[in-house]
Amino acid sequence: MEPVLKVQDLGMNFGGLRALDAVDLDVGKNEIVALIGPNGAGKTTFFNCITGIYPPTEGDVLIFPQGKDRPKRINGLKPNKVTEKGLARTFQNIRLFPNMTVLENVMIGRHCRMRAGVLGAVLRGRSTMREEKAAVMDSYAILEKIGLDPFVNEFAKNLPYGAQRRLEIARAMATEPFLLLLDEPAAGMNPNETRDLDKLIKRIRDEEGISILLIEHDMKLVMSLSDRIFVVDYGKKIAQGTPEEIRNNPAVIKAYLGEETDA
Amino acid sequence: MDYFLELFLGGLTRGSIYALIALGYTMVYGIIELINFAHGEIYMIGAFTALIVISVLTLMGMNTIAILVIAGVIAVIYSAAYGYTVEKIAYKPLRNAPRLSALISAIGMSLFLQNYVLLAQTSDFLPFPNLIPDFEFMEPYAHIIGSTEIVILITTAIVMVLLTIMIKFTNIGKAMRAASQDKTMSMLVGINVNHVISVTFVVGSATAAIGGVLIASHVGMINFYVGFIAGIKAFVAAVLGGIGSIPGAVLGSFVLGWTESFATGYVSSDYEDVFAFLFLVLILIFRPQGILGRSEKHKL
Amino acid sequence: MITFDQIKKAVLVSVWFMFLTFPIMVIRVNPVERIVEWRWRNMLLIGVGSFILSFVWHYFIRRKELGTQKAEVGGEETIPLAQRILEKKAIYRPTLAVLGICALVFPFIFSLYQTNIMVTALIYVMLGLGLNIVVGLAGLLDLGYVAFYAVGAYAYALLNYHFGLSFWMVLPIGAALGATFGILLGFPVLRLRGDYLAIVTLGFGEIIRIILENWNEFSFGPSGIANIPRPSLLGIDLSVHAATIYIYYIMIGLCLFTIFVVNRLQDSRIGRAWIALREDETACQAMGIDKAKTKLTAFALGATWAGMSGVVFAAKTTFVNPASFTIWESIIILCIVVLGGMGSILGVIAGALVLILMPEYLRAFSEFRMLAFGVLLVVMMVFRPGGLIPNVRRTYKFEGVTETKKG
Ligand SMILES: Nc1ncnc2c1ncn2[C@@H]1O[C@H](COP(=O)(O)OP(=O)(O)OP(=O)(O)O)[C@@H](O)[C@H]1O
Ligand SMILES: [Mg+2]
Repeated sequence: MEPVLKVQDLGMNFGGLRALDAVDLDVGKNEIVALIGPNGAGKTTFFNCITGIYPPTEGDVLIFPQGKDRPKRINGLKPNKVTEKGLARTFQNIRLFPNMTVLENVMIGRHCRMRAGVLGAVLRGRSTMREEKAAVMDSYAILEKIGLDPFVNEFAKNLPYGAQRRLEIARAMATEPFLLLLDEPAAGMNPNETRDLDKLIKRIRDEEGISILLIEHDMKLVMSLSDRIFVVDYGKKIAQGTPEEIRNNPAVIKAYLGEETDA
Repeated sequence: MDYFLELFLGGLTRGSIYALIALGYTMVYGIIELINFAHGEIYMIGAFTALIVISVLTLMGMNTIAILVIAGVIAVIYSAAYGYTVEKIAYKPLRNAPRLSALISAIGMSLFLQNYVLLAQTSDFLPFPNLIPDFEFMEPYAHIIGSTEIVILITTAIVMVLLTIMIKFTNIGKAMRAASQDKTMSMLVGINVNHVISVTFVVGSATAAIGGVLIASHVGMINFYVGFIAGIKAFVAAVLGGIGSIPGAVLGSFVLGWTESFATGYVSSDYEDVFAFLFLVLILIFRPQGILGRSEKHKL
Repeated sequence: MITFDQIKKAVLVSVWFMFLTFPIMVIRVNPVERIVEWRWRNMLLIGVGSFILSFVWHYFIRRKELGTQKAEVGGEETIPLAQRILEKKAIYRPTLAVLGICALVFPFIFSLYQTNIMVTALIYVMLGLGLNIVVGLAGLLDLGYVAFYAVGAYAYALLNYHFGLSFWMVLPIGAALGATFGILLGFPVLRLRGDYLAIVTLGFGEIIRIILENWNEFSFGPSGIANIPRPSLLGIDLSVHAATIYIYYIMIGLCLFTIFVVNRLQDSRIGRAWIALREDETACQAMGIDKAKTKLTAFALGATWAGMSGVVFAAKTTFVNPASFTIWESIIILCIVVLGGMGSILGVIAGALVLILMPEYLRAFSEFRMLAFGVLLVVMMVFRPGGLIPNVRRTYKFEGVTETKKG
């Protein structure tokens, strides 16, 4: 299978704490991959290292942009550069722009695909106007896809919780990623919302051709969605494989020790 | 050599006073992550209160040592009370607000307190009597270090030791350390965080008042504006040492005190205040976590 | 409805404040003449005042808490009055026309003195709108804004003194110098977290002022530079009266220009990025926005406007010295932005007019100006952080979009 992301030997230290230790992971094209592990295992840290929020202490993060045969190393890049390269993420504890409207939140995602500068903004030339209009339309189209179009002019802070989570996904999609990183997208959702999310994620993969790497504690969702699963515990990768293999892996069961082992 | 020694001791004295003020900044910052802009004003109010008490008692013809002690105690009480009140009015309602809001509120408080003293008292510089007697045994060294400086150094040392004991070994000190690590978690284990914050303001303000009285008798005059400049410099010292770190604040204060002392002594006194600011800018650019601070990565 | 508990609380508060203010408010000492004055009346005033204020304070705190609860339940948020007016073209068009005519005929109806005050107010409108970009939109607390204002003013004073450059030539130079200084300062400090930025910019403002005060060969020290020419009209020197009116119109023009630019910026790619940066830096960066570049743009643009205002200020007063550029000036401009509403153009204009004109016309009040500004900053932040006229975001209409797309 054609890979889009390959992480090799990733390590991260916080002072004396070894949050990640030689983690390998890869995501293939059109694949949904889950990263699971107990609380504090280092999953979010893994995302932060890939997306440039923390520079990893060691290891390599390689992406395989379409049309190019050579992989690109992206570790050490600033978060905005990583996003420009086509990786977009959501946050575990929602980080929307609360006092901006829903549409504007998504338009921020379009930012890095737009060009207009200060002069363009003031003069409002033809190309700026065209670009701006396209951004509004594209963003609206994304909101429709995600099912948030009724809220388009609401402030993000006034949305219900589940909708806020979906808005984060919409915002990330607006950056035109080839890989979407979702950090616990179902956290705090009720079963109905989770079911919708399940469908949504599959649709994003099938219709948009975006590969997905997700962190999730809801094992039912993970098992239903994932093509492959990686398990980390105490910063180390302890298992990888298909949902079937992971379900029966003794190391994984031990790591979770009663915590949703039978899910 | 004498000149060097004089500048060195001058810097040490300056540093001690900055340290007394810087502690308040660092303690408050450690707990609520806010630059308490009004901290300098608290110290100014301490000095003013002391001056008022001294003037009244002098007219009543009291003994100078007694006056000094009473004025010091009252200044400490009042500064602590002001610190407590300022927190309740200007910061507590903004506990969950964006940082920018709390910062603006702090600036407003600082502006208010300055003008409150300006209007209620005077805008002129008032002479502050030097009540510390000259020590006879110091006679031969009087050209290098005065008795006031000695008192300053000793007082600062005592305050530092007491503070360290309080933070290391008392319950409230432990609660303070816990709250500065993680407020929510502390709340869950039953620490009354509001109470801890109040105590932090009270202690920080009280030390600032001691600094205020000492510096006023050292310099020999005060007005409503002295708190602002000294406050900013003490803040520079706190940042220099690593904000949130108490030993850092002390170290930063001495470094700043010496820098200023030598720079004004050997270079030029016109630009005295510029050195502190330049220092701040350089530190923040090259080592934003300060000398003893840990580099912080906010958890997401 | 006042309960016994509230009264008890108010009494306690009142006693506490009487105690707190006792030395400073009641006793006044004069150590030189060894006089002590006792002002017991003040104590009474404080006691009664804080008793009443305690009720007011708690009333508003309770209302605020109720408000946030309602918002959490998902209750309807009331649409601000300003927005409702803006939405009704039938109201706001005529209002605008009336305001415009008033502004145009102002200098012919009112005296020279009034016109002068109005020019000052307009300078502050411009400064406020400039700082609004930095603080209101981008959320960067810049306490050294006045330094860029000083750069503009001294640019005109010095370039005119040494090279005889005219007002109109220096106006763009002042703007460019402001921007340059903004970038020079911004480059190293914008990596810092918000609160450090406040202190560093404050320090920078003070450094500029101290340099102006001490570097006599360059800036003529504390005595400043006098006899700066007022702007001339087509090369003709105007009388004081005519020149003031002329400056008034220049300021009206510059303010309109500023409003035009800021308004367009607000709803642009850059403007949205600023607001996003203010709301959440990390998320903003993760969405592909270059943090450093975006901040720097805001900082430089804000400084540009300060530089321009500085040039007009020098031309208006014909005299500059370092005393005009203290930190308090920065704080007054901050007050304007905070009172009006951070990010809100209409708010900032209103804020500038209120804060600058009110002390001018209420002379008795002017003594308490800075005290009131301090109270204002705290009270606004606690009770109305959005300002008097909060910023409203643009809304978009999408009726019919869906059909055309599907069709
Ligand atoms: N900025 C930081 N500084 C210091 N330690 C950190 C930091 N971020 C994370 N850690 C530590 O690294 C470890 C891994 O944390 P991480 O947030 O990655 O866990 P997680 O797997 O996402 O857990 P959860 O399921 O609870 O979200 C934890 O021990 C955490 O305390
Ligand atoms: Mg996590």
